[in-house]
Amino acid sequence: MNAVATDLALDAAERLIAELPPSPAVWCSGLRKRYGRQTAVDGVSFTVGRGEIVGLLGPNGAGKTSVIKILLGLVRPDAGEVVLLGRPAPDPGSRAGVGYLPELFRYQPWLTAAEVLALHVRLAGVAVSAEERRESLAAVGLTDRARDRVGGFSKGMQQRLGLAVALVARPELVVLDEPTSALDPLGRADVRDLLLALRARGVAVLLNSHLIGEVERVCDRVVILDKGRVAASGTLPELLGRRELRLRLDGVTAEAEERLAAAGRVTGSGSSFTVALAADEPAATVPDLVADLVELGVRVHAVEPMRISLEERLLDILRTGDGGDSR
Amino acid sequence: MTAQTVFTVAGLTLREAARRRVLRALAALTLALLTLSAWGFSKLAGIEFEGSALTSGEERLIASQVLNLVMFGLSLIAALGTAFLAGPTLAGEIESGTALSILARPIRRSAVLLGKWLGLVAFGSGFVAVAGLAQFLIVRVTVGYWPPHPVEGLALLAAQTTVLLTLGLLLATLISPMASGVVAVGLFGATWIAGVVGGIGDALDNESLARVGSVSRMLLPTDGLWRGAMHALQDPIALAQFGGPALEGGFPFLSPAGLTFAYLGWVVVWVALLLGLAAVTFLRRDL
Repeated sequence: MNAVATDLALDAAERLIAELPPSPAVWCSGLRKRYGRQTAVDGVSFTVGRGEIVGLLGPNGAGKTSVIKILLGLVRPDAGEVVLLGRPAPDPGSRAGVGYLPELFRYQPWLTAAEVLALHVRLAGVAVSAEERRESLAAVGLTDRARDRVGGFSKGMQQRLGLAVALVARPELVVLDEPTSALDPLGRADVRDLLLALRARGVAVLLNSHLIGEVERVCDRVVILDKGRVAASGTLPELLGRRELRLRLDGVTAEAEERLAAAGRVTGSGSSFTVALAADEPAATVPDLVADLVELGVRVHAVEPMRISLEERLLDILRTGDGGDSR
Repeated sequence: MTAQTVFTVAGLTLREAARRRVLRALAALTLALLTLSAWGFSKLAGIEFEGSALTSGEERLIASQVLNLVMFGLSLIAALGTAFLAGPTLAGEIESGTALSILARPIRRSAVLLGKWLGLVAFGSGFVAVAGLAQFLIVRVTVGYWPPHPVEGLALLAAQTTVLLTLGLLLATLISPMASGVVAVGLFGATWIAGVVGGIGDALDNESLARVGSVSRMLLPTDGLWRGAMHALQDPIALAQFGGPALEGGFPFLSPAGLTFAYLGWVVVWVALLLGLAAVTFLRRDL
């Protein structure tokens, strides 16, 4: 009787564990790092879910690369914890399913491209067939150069090789630090396609990039760093949710100004006005506002609903330190 | 997994040594030295002193001295080669960024360091074995001299190379690649000179001067190992016969005594200590 009960309990426990959501690809908390008097990373915490593409944004010196290096055990944090794919980071095994393209991408110049991949596969401790390795090179457009020494590669080709290295050992998490810095527009488009293919395969990606457009197009979530701290983070709709309404008006009375202010924060001068609207504003807000303005005797020349771009939002956050509610 | 990492990195280091220009430079230098020594030894065979040919004993003494001199040249090439290989292979990879993608793999830094060390030891020892054996054969063919303990001599020379490259690796975790090579070779030269000074002190029965040699031999065992190697390569009978001040240690290319086991034990401890220190500094280093 007791044995049956124990079995049942064990089964239940197993089912419970199996049904638990998998641990996130990256979990870090309270990361801190000082170089001499300079604080590079100051209490950074964030998560990258499985299969999620997260963009790391911020100005130069915001601590993005330092955070990435701490995650990968290349830099020792002064404080904080990192868990990669469910394993605590001081354990080298936590990096078993991680692919990494460093900002400073250099590979052994005396090896051929194919040999570099073979080396990384061995170090990752994964069995990857020669055919699969060739496919990795093909995915970054280096099929013809597999047997050439890396020493003769251009910067762009080395960065492509770096992408292949990051992807070759069947990673579950890929960390890309400025993956398109040396690529031409065509190469950038290739990287975008690669990222989307990774997401389709359920591979999590942490992407550090200066190219905001790139981040905006592929990322599910964005973490914005400034002076070593998380200035804002959230999904793109959360961060960019705020819309604004640009109006060109004539004969604006005090009453009309009050009506405008009731719709949202008003900025502007002369005949140009910009009204910031909340993200969850009902669809009727704009037509109602226009109808009321006309009723108040205002002549309406132009009404232009705008969506804030990530770039504007980023600049706004960095200038005002306003991370909004999504922080 | 760790053993696999060590051997993978060791293999990589050997491949680097084989493919970099340093190997070609090393081969060219060695070939030049061997050719020159072959020419010199062939001249030695027919030499006449005060109108009469050298006795076989005299010839053996000279041959063993000159062999030691040439082996010193070889050990210098090995030292220079490995020290300048040890620096770039670690510090250069950190500086260039090559280390980033490697160390982000699920491997321990200590395994990478040990692999590099193992690869360099294999390379240095291989070089000493091949070049040394070639030199022995040249001496054998030209003057008919064969050293009494060739294997011991080569093993000690390989140990000397190992000591220096371990120092090079430790320095490479702390300073730039070129600087680590220069400092390692500089210290090697300084210890050799200190050894010569100590030898002169021995010959003159000046204790404080002799102590310079003993202390330096403890701090950096390259010179001690070199003296042990010389002792294994020189002809003991000819030495005993012609003895005098040369035997007392006054001459830098003859060694009066072999190495004690205690000293060899100290060399092992020394290498382990430096390698451990290198591992600690490498582990703590931010990349």
